[in-house]
Amino acid sequence: MSVLLFLVPVALGLGGLGLAAFLWSVKNRQYNDMEGAARRILEGPD
Amino acid sequence: MSCCADPAVLANAARALPDTLAAAIRTDASGNHLLLYVPDIHCASCLATVEGALKEEGAEARVNLTRRTVSLDWTSPAFDPLRSIATLRDLGFTPRPLSTESAAAQSSSASLLRAVAVAGFAAMNVMLLSISVWSGADGSTKAFFNWFSALIAMPALAYSARPFLRSAFAALRAGRVNMDVPISLAIVLATGLSLAKTISGTGETYFDAAITLTFFLLLGRLADHWTRERARASVSHLAALRPPFAYVVGATSTEPVPIEDVGAGDIIEVAAGERVPADARVMEDGAQFDLSLATGESRPEAIHRGAEIMAGALALSGPHRLRVLRPAADSYVARLEALQSAAERSRSRPARIADRAAAFYVPVVHFAAFATFCVWLLVGAGWVAALTTAIAVLVITCPCALGLAVPVVHVAACDRLFRRGLAIKDGAALERLRLTDEVIFDKTGTLTIPALADPAAMAPADLAAAAALARHSTHPVSRAVSLAAEEAGVERIVAAGVTELRGRGMTGMIEGRAVFLGRGALPFGDAVAEGLVFAREGEAPIPLAVTESLRPGAADLVARLAAAGLPVTILSGDTAEAVGRTAEALGIADWHAGLTPDEKVSFIDGRRIAGAHPLMVGDGLNDGPAIAAAAASIAPAEASDLSRTAADLVLTGNSLDAVWTALDTAWRAHRMVLQNLAFACLYNCVAVPLAALGHASPLVAAIAMSSSSMVVTLNALRLAR
Repeated sequence: MSVLLFLVPVALGLGGLGLAAFLWSVKNRQYNDMEGAARRILEGPD
Repeated sequence: MSCCADPAVLANAARALPDTLAAAIRTDASGNHLLLYVPDIHCASCLATVEGALKEEGAEARVNLTRRTVSLDWTSPAFDPLRSIATLRDLGFTPRPLSTESAAAQSSSASLLRAVAVAGFAAMNVMLLSISVWSGADGSTKAFFNWFSALIAMPALAYSARPFLRSAFAALRAGRVNMDVPISLAIVLATGLSLAKTISGTGETYFDAAITLTFFLLLGRLADHWTRERARASVSHLAALRPPFAYVVGATSTEPVPIEDVGAGDIIEVAAGERVPADARVMEDGAQFDLSLATGESRPEAIHRGAEIMAGALALSGPHRLRVLRPAADSYVARLEALQSAAERSRSRPARIADRAAAFYVPVVHFAAFATFCVWLLVGAGWVAALTTAIAVLVITCPCALGLAVPVVHVAACDRLFRRGLAIKDGAALERLRLTDEVIFDKTGTLTIPALADPAAMAPADLAAAAALARHSTHPVSRAVSLAAEEAGVERIVAAGVTELRGRGMTGMIEGRAVFLGRGALPFGDAVAEGLVFAREGEAPIPLAVTESLRPGAADLVARLAAAGLPVTILSGDTAEAVGRTAEALGIADWHAGLTPDEKVSFIDGRRIAGAHPLMVGDGLNDGPAIAAAAASIAPAEASDLSRTAADLVLTGNSLDAVWTALDTAWRAHRMVLQNLAFACLYNCVAVPLAALGHASPLVAAIAMSSSSMVVTLNALRLAR
């Protein structure tokens, strides 16, 4: 069972990475304008 | 600002920002921020145009296409926000500054989203550990898992349960209880008890219950927040639609000036599609205005030089220069607005159904938990056992289902309405709408729209060509022409190089020949049209007669309302003859013609005093007060700003069918809210005795709470189909 001492924190850490990525994307306002993001991809760099 | 000020003074005046704009600018460490609402941004190329133009002025500009806003950030003191507003206007957009509150509302949704993410993450992990404990982990493994759960759950709760704790604390301080009080109590007690048990190493822990509860309730809160934010955004956008600026012609350029600062004698410029901000005198010939505000007739009228025009008239051509007669505060629109806000204040709003449910629910829950505690103590169980059971009652009755029951239905209903072309103000509007027991219509612009009098008299080729031009314009008459062509089923052709001749019509090329749709002097040859014509180069102009016809879906709607037993009334400012004709065509017996805005309001007030819940459907500026006075209200998209601001729902499509969709959705949503509340009640009837008797193990609590939340959510989703 001592493997749990190692595996549980690893699992948590991986989950935490996902959480951190999500929080980063919220902070970066990536969900503020879903429609605009969809259109912007069609416009080339000007 | 007068037109003879010397340029240096003018420049200084421009630096001192008008109050409306200054109030909209937020300044912090990273610079200045301004949020503009620009309703006419709608495609990728507008987006690029706007951002490019503003960047040249020296500001960081970011368009939000979902909200139709532009956020401007700048640090240089040389940047002039007034200048960018003028730039956007020159590009053909109509920017209006949004207040700082609506900018702030956007960040609160992000903080809820973060709380949901943290709670969801913690709930998944704690549940994983708890399942191991339930399935038989014991001894040191169990202790290890419990400690680990505590380690994950407590910081997560400290972060994500704040919305509930804060609201509960505020309520208690004010001497009230709300739904958040039992929620907070359950979360805090369950966590505290679990921590004590983890430390002592005995018994079962409820970390998973506390964090799952928080997660589900946050989801409900987020759903509720989204509905409200969408609604608030549309409300503040609608409020911003009142032109905050008049464009005053100065010595060197045209400057935006807040309406309240425009005085008598100032010369203002009004572009096509803008409303006249104050009562004014027209300074040039050939201007065309839509005076439906005064006459109730939505027909373009040519106004001659020197004629007086009322505030609120819609310019159909332009730009035109007008001389202001009196300050905007004394104008006809301002009087209508005062009437409208008075009507809004006197409208009593029924308490939201969720609040009423909470008022009933909270004392019951607290009493049940307290009674459980007392009874267990009385029968000789120890403190710990009694407290554990009481907390189990609190947690299991905790209004997961109840907290989700109403918001998820409202989100589903709003979503359904949005997809069917209806913009709704808020969830409470649904509750008002479902009480509707009679429907009152305005006539002009609501039941009727302009239409070609006799499309059959035109050769199909001419009609097709006229429609090819008309499709390029949103003018009501153009829409009538393209609609007539669609109904006649003529071939769809495309005109090349279509341009709008301001105030006159449209011109373009078809099969290599110039064509024209409009009135006044033809762009080719030297003929001058009498009334509306369609003309080809080298041929005699073909006159078109415009009359009014029923809006699509009107007859269907009235028939359906009658079938549903809802009385229908027409209130119109138009003549008795015109209203009578429409009423007869639709089979409406109860109609009133020649009413002023005040008379419309007093009619509706009379119905409300009689105990009815009238739904008002109207579009005109003169319907604004009536719309505010009615129990619920709907305005078509092309309605005046005033009516749209006051209305609960705005139709974005052309057909009146959507009114029935709105009513139907409101009724179905109400049924679903009742079903969900009934289910929550039923759930509690089963869960409370179970918990009170001490059978609510953490496993039972987790299953019961999750499944009840799922049931109400899935039930609500039926509405979205």
